[in-house]
Amino acid sequence: MEHYEIIIIGGGPAGLAAAVGAREAGAENILILERDRELGGILNQCIHNGFGLHTFKEELTGPEYASRFIEQVEEKGIAYKLDTMVMDISGDKIVTYMNKKEGMRQIQAEAVILAMGCRERPRGALNIPGYRPAGIYSAGTAQRLVNMEGFLPGREVVILGSGDIGLIMARRMTLEGAHVQVVAELMPYSGGLKRNIVQCLDDFDIPLKLRHTVTEIHGRQRVEGVTLSEVDENGRPIAGTNKFYSCDTLLLSVGLLPENELSRELGVELSSVTSGPVVDDSLATNVEGVFACGNVLHVHDLVDYVSEEAALAGRHAAQFVKGKEEKWKGGKKKVPVIVENGVRYTVPAFINPKTMEKEVTLRFRVGAIYKNAFLSVYLDGSRVIHRKRPVMAPGEMEKVVLKKEWLLLADGLKNITVKVEEA
Amino acid sequence: MERKLTCIGCPLGCEVTVELAGEEVLSVTGNTCPRGEAYARKEVTSPTRIVTTTVRVEGGMLPVVSVKTKSDIPKDKIMDCVRELQKVTVKAPIQIGDIICEDVAGTGVSVEATKNVKMDN
Amino acid sequence: MKYDVIIIGGGVSGCATARELSRYRVKACVLEREEDVCCGTSKANSGIVHAGHDAWPGTLMAQLNVRGNALMEPLSEELDFEFRRNGSMVVCTEEEKRGDLQKLLERGEKNGVPDLRILEREEALAMEPNLTEDTVAVLYAPTGGIVCPFGLNIALAENAYTNGVEFYFDTEVTRITRRPDGFLLETTQGEYVSDYVVNAAGVYADVFHNMVSQEKMNITPRRGEYMLLDKTVGGHVSHTIFRLPDELGKGVLVTPTVHGNLLVGPTAQNLQEKEAVNTTQEGLRTIRDRAGKSVRGIPFRQVITSFAGLRACAQTHDFIIQEAPDAPGFIDCAGIASPGLTSAPAIGEMVAEMLRTRMNLEANPEFCGRRKGILNPAKLPLEERNRLIEREPAYGQIICRCEMVTEGEIVDAVRRPLGAKSLDGVKRRTRAGMGRCQAGFCSPKTMEILARERGILMEAVTKSGGDSTLICGINKDIWQGDE
Repeated sequence: MEHYEIIIIGGGPAGLAAAVGAREAGAENILILERDRELGGILNQCIHNGFGLHTFKEELTGPEYASRFIEQVEEKGIAYKLDTMVMDISGDKIVTYMNKKEGMRQIQAEAVILAMGCRERPRGALNIPGYRPAGIYSAGTAQRLVNMEGFLPGREVVILGSGDIGLIMARRMTLEGAHVQVVAELMPYSGGLKRNIVQCLDDFDIPLKLRHTVTEIHGRQRVEGVTLSEVDENGRPIAGTNKFYSCDTLLLSVGLLPENELSRELGVELSSVTSGPVVDDSLATNVEGVFACGNVLHVHDLVDYVSEEAALAGRHAAQFVKGKEEKWKGGKKKVPVIVENGVRYTVPAFINPKTMEKEVTLRFRVGAIYKNAFLSVYLDGSRVIHRKRPVMAPGEMEKVVLKKEWLLLADGLKNITVKVEEA
Repeated sequence: MERKLTCIGCPLGCEVTVELAGEEVLSVTGNTCPRGEAYARKEVTSPTRIVTTTVRVEGGMLPVVSVKTKSDIPKDKIMDCVRELQKVTVKAPIQIGDIICEDVAGTGVSVEATKNVKMDN
Repeated sequence: MKYDVIIIGGGVSGCATARELSRYRVKACVLEREEDVCCGTSKANSGIVHAGHDAWPGTLMAQLNVRGNALMEPLSEELDFEFRRNGSMVVCTEEEKRGDLQKLLERGEKNGVPDLRILEREEALAMEPNLTEDTVAVLYAPTGGIVCPFGLNIALAENAYTNGVEFYFDTEVTRITRRPDGFLLETTQGEYVSDYVVNAAGVYADVFHNMVSQEKMNITPRRGEYMLLDKTVGGHVSHTIFRLPDELGKGVLVTPTVHGNLLVGPTAQNLQEKEAVNTTQEGLRTIRDRAGKSVRGIPFRQVITSFAGLRACAQTHDFIIQEAPDAPGFIDCAGIASPGLTSAPAIGEMVAEMLRTRMNLEANPEFCGRRKGILNPAKLPLEERNRLIEREPAYGQIICRCEMVTEGEIVDAVRRPLGAKSLDGVKRRTRAGMGRCQAGFCSPKTMEILARERGILMEAVTKSGGDSTLICGINKDIWQGDE
């Protein structure tokens, strides 16, 4: 059986950065398996700008950002296969893949990096009542059709969900000649960046209706309209607030879910909050030699952080393969990160103070909007971080950085706690 | 005259009020940091945007290529820009950075490709 | 055009009739209003093969249910569609209702349902651990099963077609009149004449019946809404779980599907409107509220889609399969509500037999009762699968990543007899787009394959025929001709 040191599942931003990171950390024999016809993943259809401010100190579009990493992969001679679907990963890291040229094949990896990304939540998950006509698209599907295939899925558009993809697609549809009537958002706040609300909606006079949802889809063959209703604080539609919008298209931008079918079958422990693997500070899952990074781990809002996280996963996978670190030989001593009061989860969820790098970045999201609150980290009873944040929102990923020296100094450390503390 | 803006500097999204006398900014209020003031001044006097969109491709692996204005253009030229690009068709192969259209909509700014598109085989 | 027999409706009853009829030398056709078979009641139901204990003894429902159940397994082998005998349970949650469970068992036995037994709480919970805590006893029917409703309907249609029955789609019958030379059927695609008419028009059967008969029929569409859950929770129950009927009616059932999802529903709401296949807030709420009465902990977070279907209910509470008394040659196949899907093979047999005796039909010597379904490469051994991909590389390309459907299967679905013409047609034949992302990833690719294979523009590809186009134009086309 063909053998690789590291096999990376997915050639999107996470997979590419993981490959580069692994190579730079000394891994020789790396293979990326990508299911689409080109590397770059979802970035290929994200043709708007705003990527790369952290990584490259300039504003790039999605395809440009991807090409920077693809070039590195090519320069470093990292192998990849396109149009190739991974069918299975076994506990002893035999990867089964399939493509047109080779059929179904099995290859052996010493380490596997999961970088499959995420998918959009479909209409069904929302239980929007009504008919099931043509013209209901998830925002990402519409994005692919418009930005890569040049097809307009509709002319009169209503968008449900004000996450960034929904906002971006409001502008994209407008700039291709469609008319976006309204963006509805169930929550009292938008899940998207302020910049996108201003530049994608306000610039084109597209109204954003907060606390609104679609309560009915009309039209038997093609969408003929939708009913929007205001909702109460529990998200339930308020009687008498229905308003009909005549349109031919409904775009749904109602959330992303890490795509962990392969991980689940492999026996990777998944978090019920993120739907992604539970990992330690080396981004290792509970299955030895299997790492995870990017949106398959937890949904990010900035690709720069995906790249950073993925490079870390690549580095640790390389170290694992070289057997450099004693920590891999069993007996890991991990300290759990406990989340309280407003913090929904952290990645990583465990830290090993002895083997951690000099610093560990904990990324997480909060569950509500907090103004002028503090982000605090406790090592058992003692507070080591108490940082004032003017505003925190569920739509924006937060982070805190823990230093190795703090953790080593905390004698017999049992728990690390991250929480929001009101002023 | 007064104009109300949402600052895009950070998630706080301050509602900033700018008092204007013609083109001249008299005062900026409602911002919590200096970035808010700078943003508001620019936004009321000469708002600009980078425009990203698509242009049709002949003989390529993909029927369209993504493009962007090389620098930001006046906000009120956005629609003129995309309407002008409707008339443009480019031939594959295309490299990132290839100029697709010069001086789009009289802005003096060129439009460049943001994706490599190979020839269709 | 002149036919011996015209069947109105390409649902499961019409196609079962067509297939059984194709055993004989006869010039027959199916007229279908939609662009494909299996587009009405037959596509949106529980997919249950009922054991047969619900119907009243002596009714057609009772007789055809039990017969249909027995026929389903051999038929699934002959016609290559998915069927599994997973067994069903009727849950009793109140000690004082035990009597009703016993009555149901006796009724089933009268109907000829084999192997029925009552299980006590412990035994039932051991077999089905997620039954409600309140379980007192269950009626266990080992002959209960589940079937792919599309698979059954499409297999019957394809087999009828290859044995000589013609199919006309997008052909809606608008008027039926009796003439000396037979029935004249006016349609949206011209006129058809036939000696015999089989009225298998689902919720519209009354409309057609009433065109030729003075003895008026009334079919009430009864809407049933469902929720389909992700495959990760498909094992929440392994049997089909019913609730003992109470003042709220039969209640919603919880069942695995043949493809490994979990299905919860239906509601029951009588309507006037024959097209109201929309789901409602009320209905979806009812499902959530009621399903928990028989099965605990249903993971509703895992719902991937919801849908509604209309059962065609007759006032007689029984199937109406007979020649209209005042319109000889006009055979109603009406009121085919639950257990219609189960009964379909037996309905086809019965109607074909009625026609055979009336028309003195002779056997069709070329009849071939076997049909091969779309090849599922996942069921092949590795070696064989690789030989297939070498021969036809399209079988190595996954298009629908949720259901792992290859390009080869989709191409087969489009090219085969009575092949798919739309996204929904592909979905019903291959499951592409039926998974957890609900076609988010695969629809642009499937649309491309449909356009390529059918030689049409992307703009002409539809979701389900008619005006259900998916693409409205190309980028910036509204500014074409701008100055």
